[in-house]
Amino acid sequence: MDRTLTTRSFLLLAGLLLLLASICEVRADTVLLNASYDPTRELYEAINKEFAADWKAKTGEKLTIRQSHGGSGKQARSVVDGLGADVVTLALAADIDQIAALTGKLPADWQKRLPDNSSPYTSTINFVVRKGNPKAISDWSDLVKPGIAVITPNPKTSGGARWNFLAAWAYATAHSDGDEAKARAFLTALYKNVPVLDTGARGSTTSFAQRGLGDVLISWENESYLILKQFPGQFEVVYPTISILTEPPVAVVDANAAANGTTEAATAYLAFLYTPQAQKLIAKNFYRPRDISAADADDLARFPEIALVTIDKDFGGWRQAQKKFFADNAIFDQIYRP
Amino acid sequence: MNVAAASSRVFARAPSVLPGFGLTLGLTLTWTSLIVILPLAALFWRASGLGFGGFVDLASDARVVSALRLSFVAAIIGAAFNAAAGLLIAWVLVRYDFAGKRLVDAMIDLPFALPTAVSGLALAALYAPNGWLGAPLAQLGIKIAFTPAGVVVACMFIGLPFVVRQVQPVLADLDRSLEEAAATLGASRTQTIVRVIFPAILPALLTGFALAFARGVGEYGSIIFIAGNLPFTSEIAPLLIIIRLEEFNYQGATAIAVLMLLMSFAVLLAVNLLQSWSRRRTGGGRHA
Repeated sequence: MDRTLTTRSFLLLAGLLLLLASICEVRADTVLLNASYDPTRELYEAINKEFAADWKAKTGEKLTIRQSHGGSGKQARSVVDGLGADVVTLALAADIDQIAALTGKLPADWQKRLPDNSSPYTSTINFVVRKGNPKAISDWSDLVKPGIAVITPNPKTSGGARWNFLAAWAYATAHSDGDEAKARAFLTALYKNVPVLDTGARGSTTSFAQRGLGDVLISWENESYLILKQFPGQFEVVYPTISILTEPPVAVVDANAAANGTTEAATAYLAFLYTPQAQKLIAKNFYRPRDISAADADDLARFPEIALVTIDKDFGGWRQAQKKFFADNAIFDQIYRP
Repeated sequence: MNVAAASSRVFARAPSVLPGFGLTLGLTLTWTSLIVILPLAALFWRASGLGFGGFVDLASDARVVSALRLSFVAAIIGAAFNAAAGLLIAWVLVRYDFAGKRLVDAMIDLPFALPTAVSGLALAALYAPNGWLGAPLAQLGIKIAFTPAGVVVACMFIGLPFVVRQVQPVLADLDRSLEEAAATLGASRTQTIVRVIFPAILPALLTGFALAFARGVGEYGSIIFIAGNLPFTSEIAPLLIIIRLEEFNYQGATAIAVLMLLMSFAVLLAVNLLQSWSRRRTGGGRHA
């Protein structure tokens, strides 16, 4: 009886060890968490697949990349509050600046660590109108006309909406000889034409495309083409004469990656975004690539050359723009003051 | 609260009747401290950094005031509609038998179970200018979605089960002989309803109202889809809290939260007082 008991407990122990070993085996796979903003879902699904294959071929390591999507500001806050994302790929540099400032998990000069302001792809802001452009909308000046309903999200809660606002501001200042009061009046007139301020870019897309609200949607270029793809034959894309170069930045969150032991994989992941292979995927997913050498001509034909202002040259960087336009009681809040 | 006070009096007089008072009270206090008081204390602690002056500034800020007004007025109107409709539904479910009654009864709970974003999307789709209800209403010149009225509609949707589920059991327990007695004593139907039935269910109705109100005032997920979210017109207070958070202004966010909490507490306290007043008036509840 004693004997059987020992045999049994031995077997049990062996079984437990085996189980433990298998759990460790699973854990040995490297897992990367990419905290990104809303419209990049499709882009990173495509990129993750190719990078994981690439990484396996180079190191023999099986890599799993998990994605988390949400409003850019909300994602930044999650990382500030302790979400252990190894990399962040957000809508604007201001949000990563906040992570650096509030947690110190990455250095303040993070944006200098990768080429092109740490933005491996860019985009811009354009308009989506209903088929046939019934209200004949061709430029920003058409959006302030009485009776035009404009759909754009709330700049307070949406990164994309902040780009929209700044693009409109760029047009307004270019057409008012730098008179800021005139630019303010222009933006006020524009936002008076907004019947719904959704909290995020996807919400605005839903309001415009599915609820039938509004005559024009101010949108990310990539999101505009997604709308055309999803609702074929219902909408058209219109480019204004002037817009803004949007640079969605990427960064390794150093402290998180070090804690997860993924520094090497995370760094390689972001470097991969700059390779011709990834740049091709970027163009295919309606983002403007930095390196067009491998991109399909059909994809590139979508991106017309228009006058683009930049956040650094024309607005003095995000820190200043945030303070001047979107802080509490700053210009955006003043628009709505009765 | 009344029950707790009453039972503590009972136990103080005769501690041996039901043992275990010390232990259970200890557990009760620990649990409520951990789950309710501690998070609320943290909230007050974070907001307290603002100072009294900053707090007054915030409470008198026009935008904060208008958001709070919308949240509270819409929640109260929604809860009032729910009190009327919920009472009727509870009455029908208890007093009549009809085919599909079980089904209707089960459906009442759906707003409890649905993720709020889903109900918000459904309501917005329905009441949007191109929606099933929105389109005919738009022709009559009535706009629901993306106006303050949309907030009320969302509050009505999420608050209905609270009233029905509060009133239903009380109505079911109501002694029919009371009504019969009233009839034999010469009361008319209206008199029976107003003087016999209504006072008995009033406390439950008030509780349902208070719960529906509390749910509506704190609601974010579903309202955000159907309100237009325009500052000064259709921006609710919880959205303003989110906006402050997006600005990484944790203190401002918690300060608005504290304001909401104090106002909700005042409303709930008023309802509670009304309730105990009505209980006293009718002589202590349904089985007087």
